[in-house]
Amino acid sequence: MTKPLLSISGLSAVSDRDGGAPILRDVALTLERGEVRGLVGESGAGKSTIAKALLGILPRTVRVTGGFVNFEGRDLLRLPQKALRDIMGSEISLIPQDPQTALNPGRRIEAQLTDGLRLKRGLSSREARARALTLLEEVHIRDPERVLRCYPHELSGGMRQRVLIASAFALEPKLVVADEPTTALDVTVQKQILRLIRGLQEAHGTAVIFVTHDLGVVAQICDSVTLLYAGKVIEEGRTSDVLSNPRHIYTKALIAAGPRYDRPDAGLTPVPSDVFDELRHEIRLHDGSRPHV
Amino acid sequence: MSEPLLMATGLEVTYGGRRTLAGQRVDGVKVLHGVDVAIRRGETIGIVGESGSGKTTLGRALLRLVDTSAGEIRFDGTDITHLPDANMRPLRRRMQMIFQDPMASLNPRHTIRRILVEPLLLHGVARDRQQAEQRVAAILERVTLPQACLDRNPHELSGGQRQRIGIARAALLEPDFVLADEIVSGLDVSTQAQVLNLLKELSTDLGLSMAFISHDLSVIRAICDRVYVMRQGRVVEEGPCERVFSAPASPYTRMLLDAIPLPEVDPDWLWRVSGNEDAA
Repeated sequence: MTKPLLSISGLSAVSDRDGGAPILRDVALTLERGEVRGLVGESGAGKSTIAKALLGILPRTVRVTGGFVNFEGRDLLRLPQKALRDIMGSEISLIPQDPQTALNPGRRIEAQLTDGLRLKRGLSSREARARALTLLEEVHIRDPERVLRCYPHELSGGMRQRVLIASAFALEPKLVVADEPTTALDVTVQKQILRLIRGLQEAHGTAVIFVTHDLGVVAQICDSVTLLYAGKVIEEGRTSDVLSNPRHIYTKALIAAGPRYDRPDAGLTPVPSDVFDELRHEIRLHDGSRPHV
Repeated sequence: MSEPLLMATGLEVTYGGRRTLAGQRVDGVKVLHGVDVAIRRGETIGIVGESGSGKTTLGRALLRLVDTSAGEIRFDGTDITHLPDANMRPLRRRMQMIFQDPMASLNPRHTIRRILVEPLLLHGVARDRQQAEQRVAAILERVTLPQACLDRNPHELSGGQRQRIGIARAALLEPDFVLADEIVSGLDVSTQAQVLNLLKELSTDLGLSMAFISHDLSVIRAICDRVYVMRQGRVVEEGPCERVFSAPASPYTRMLLDAIPLPEVDPDWLWRVSGNEDAA
């Protein structure tokens, strides 16, 4: 068997701002090459913290207290800054949540798309421009020449998100971290963007960590899923298994809480309080067995 | 049948139109192109659409929070389209609004007690402070918040708790009509279910008429009787939820429904292109 692309083990972290409150509890996750993994949970579950750890952009207030993030034999948590910089953008890249703020408002799309190609791949300006045009075509932008000349404010939210996707795939990374990339978009645009990410991912064999709070999105784009609560992995498995046959009562409750347009009588069941009691119990047990955390 | 509680006919709203100093007219952007809406007593309607569809503007126009450039709005038998502010004021208590972002709509420097008690005294709904406090205590129980909340400031509550304060604030004034604009879009699913169930119960118990604005068709389906689907300032479809969601007449509604990812694996969903998606 080949080695996985990414293997996180025992990852624990505390918040220095909240008096050392744990925000990740012994997280383990293995990702194969070309796999799309959904990282789901409600607010405070730790899904974004894991994404940030993968990208080496954990805020200063978050202190890692243990564990490893092994990416192709290198531990991202213990790599020198220089080595980390070489990996980011080039081998691991990000599709950010907010297309409004992720682009530099003062630079044309061309400059922003070609930076990495020139600096990290050593392409000439002309080569980089040609590659940028191809990339924009790949994300189905109809008039790529014009878009290259645009400033971000001249593009719609959906167009900006396409540019950011093109940028994330520009250097042919092995892993793309998508941090709630469709939360700010309308449903029809969301569907196009999801299709785009899945299409590019399949074409290039890229692995994707897809952070979302929407189980519907997970069902349609992710091969496998990891559900978190309070920084702890509650359930993981193949998407179809977890959704059609959830093992943990929290997973079941979350599925039942979401409203559904096709089954108005099925959704909207509030998560029962004994589910939260059970989660708190599990977390107490977990914390109790690790006095150093 | 009696006249609907709130009714708008041929409603148009234009933003940014003005006359220059030289007397020239500058055309504004028309964001509502003749919309008809009727809300009966005790009925909850949904207004759904994507960004830029005009759903929020429609809600604001119904409450007379933006000026209309054409059309008529009637509330409880009175034409309120051009009613002067002074005459509008007594109606304001009867038409309440719950906002999208409770953090922005609750005064951060006031305690929850002050936020809830003051409007009761201002509108004369309660006789005196003591009666106001009693009503506030009762409604808190109703929205399942501990009395200890009263001495907190908004930022000390969770998002779901704040949204329940927003609901309590509106309900306390015993309105006839409540407008709820995207009130659950920032909440986690588990909290969202609680807030929606609460709103549903309250509207039944108090016999409220409600307009519920959302971009989320599943949420609309869960709590509304009828739905208006909006696109680019027009209503493209209107009808009872059971009918619109099971057999939409408009291809646009069909496309919106097809774009909602359901929590069930469907390998073809992503690749199914419905209608004229690119034009959306």
